[in-house]
Amino acid sequence: MEERNKTEQENINNKEGSSEEKKSNTPNKLSRRSVLKALAGLPVAGLFGFELYKKIDYERNKRSKIIRVLGLDKIDFQVPDYGNGKEKDLIRIGIIGFGVRAVQISDALGFIHPIMFEMKKRNNTLSSWLEQENLHVAITGICDVFDQHAENGITIAQNNFRPEVAQLPVKRYHTYHEMLADNNIDAVIIATPDHHHARIAIDAAKAGKHVYLEKSVALTEEELNELYDVVKNSNITFQLGHQITQSTVFKQAKEIINKNILGKITLIETTANRNTADGAWIRHLDRQGNVKPGDEKSIDWKQWLGNAPYVPFSIDRFYNWTKWFDYDHGMINQLFSHDFDAVNQLLRIGIPKSVSSSGGIYYWKDNRDIPDSLHCVFEYPQHDLTLLYSGNLASSRSRGRVFMGHDASMELGNDIKITIDQNSTQYKDGISKGILDTGSPIMSFNQNAGKIDAVTSASEKYYADKGLTNTVIGGKQVDVSHLHLREWLDGIRENKTTSCNIDIAYEEGITCIMAHRSYIEKRQVFWDKENKKII
Amino acid sequence: MINETSYSKRQLIYLLILRFAIGWHVLYEGMAKVLNPEWTSYGFLQEFQGIMSGISQWILSNPQVLDTVDFLNTWGLVLIGLGVIFGFLFKPAAIAGSVLIFVYYLSTPPLIGFEYSLPADGNNLIINRVLIESIALLGLALFPTNKIFGLDFFMQSFLKRKGRNGRKK
Repeated sequence: MEERNKTEQENINNKEGSSEEKKSNTPNKLSRRSVLKALAGLPVAGLFGFELYKKIDYERNKRSKIIRVLGLDKIDFQVPDYGNGKEKDLIRIGIIGFGVRAVQISDALGFIHPIMFEMKKRNNTLSSWLEQENLHVAITGICDVFDQHAENGITIAQNNFRPEVAQLPVKRYHTYHEMLADNNIDAVIIATPDHHHARIAIDAAKAGKHVYLEKSVALTEEELNELYDVVKNSNITFQLGHQITQSTVFKQAKEIINKNILGKITLIETTANRNTADGAWIRHLDRQGNVKPGDEKSIDWKQWLGNAPYVPFSIDRFYNWTKWFDYDHGMINQLFSHDFDAVNQLLRIGIPKSVSSSGGIYYWKDNRDIPDSLHCVFEYPQHDLTLLYSGNLASSRSRGRVFMGHDASMELGNDIKITIDQNSTQYKDGISKGILDTGSPIMSFNQNAGKIDAVTSASEKYYADKGLTNTVIGGKQVDVSHLHLREWLDGIRENKTTSCNIDIAYEEGITCIMAHRSYIEKRQVFWDKENKKII
Repeated sequence: MINETSYSKRQLIYLLILRFAIGWHVLYEGMAKVLNPEWTSYGFLQEFQGIMSGISQWILSNPQVLDTVDFLNTWGLVLIGLGVIFGFLFKPAAIAGSVLIFVYYLSTPPLIGFEYSLPADGNNLIINRVLIESIALLGLALFPTNKIFGLDFFMQSFLKRKGRNGRKK
């Protein structure tokens, strides 16, 4: 090493001693020529800087041109008063039905199980959870027919991880009627199996309790009509559990629709693909393959059945109720209802004129009633458009949710992708000038760019891809269910309506019941607008 | 030992062109990431297969580590690019650049049986352009041009003067 340095040193000394360098008087002074040589990188860097500037300028120009052509000058959506720490009146909440969904809702309200607390700590999601706004609620009542679920609910409700959240005693109710009769409950969240939804919501509204109802709204037309009338004639604040409207991406999509960027929309395709037992509602086994807990002693089976036809106790039915038409309508209620809500909230298309559904049980040939391959066509001649739904439980190929317009199409999920149509009229000029490229999405809004979501299971991932889990406010991840509950609670305090109010719920309920009836009756069903009746 | 004073004029011109070309590319790779605040190595790391996949999975599961990796990668590229173009701390810059580019190669080596979701640039079998760039940059470290055509010249003469002054005392 030293030897090499010496050689290099000598070489440089030699160079300095050469005839060219003799102009310099002292050996300590650097010759102009050597200095110029040493700065050889400078012109290259200068050229680089010039080209980089040109490139940045070009990109900025192109972007602003696209934005100008599309009429999207500024897109920035905030929840302006989120997290301002304002004191609000305390609302005492009772939760009816404490299964998986109620655990998620409690989490969104600011209440978690000690085990969950440790889990959040381990997977780095605790701090963002603690930063969630205090909703000023206390869970004071739990009602579940299964002892274990009720006890789990009580542990969660006795939350001591967020000191700013109110602590009130938690009571277990064995029937929902007892809870509704209690003056210590202001509002209820209904997260039972679907066959109880409408009945409990009707009774709650009659008892003057505010209602947050998980989807789906009702299984029959009669129940839905009754619920609609009761809520309309009450002073309660009603919210249906479709949280997508709270997502920033949804607000962006709304702006895109309002600005007519897509042109005339005549076809909307919504899809659902899943390929796991959990996704096909087989959920009575734990990870080790053992049957989950619960028997006739710990479960009030008669109450669980409610108005559904009597069958002997079945752990399969208790955990996998979605599989039977007595308790649910399968993919229509569990999955399509979210898609319908997204479409209806964006376009306000309401109830279709006709629906035809078809499908069958082609893969999960267990004891189920519900199809695992289902396709529904909803016709809206009044809006010049068709809404398609296609669901499959034996393939996880993702097909997305696409709004097809004459000028552009929009894929809406956890992000938005807009692709300009090559035969667009509106953008003909921009396309011919080369400003707009039709070969690939021209704009995409990705709220989660660069951020990682803690998504655990395949079914969770399905919901995340549909924009139903998290959104970003001021750079922070926020649970959309949290925002949806917040909107409901503020609605109660300020006597305001919600984004998923009873009118929206009614349109969705009728549409879903029509799709189900078409599948069962194997015919096209129609909506009689005058008599408000499915025919 | 090969030394830059003993290169022929043509050799020198070739080496300088190669140096400026690679330096330019590396600098722009870095600048493009600086200018795009949404850029992250997330998608890139997801592609990792084989020996590097354990490390990439670890990085991916820790958001803070991912942020650090993104920062170091971006500014590493910028500094290496500047070092190579200006001939400043040239040898360490060229070697670091070569290693960094080699890591990119390892992330998606075109080996038989390895398939990636991102389309490859051209048709490659074991050797691709990323590997060639890594090898070329290492070659530049072995055929340095920085002590005459680089800022390292000033460093060299400064050290030399210091050495002389030291001797005078």
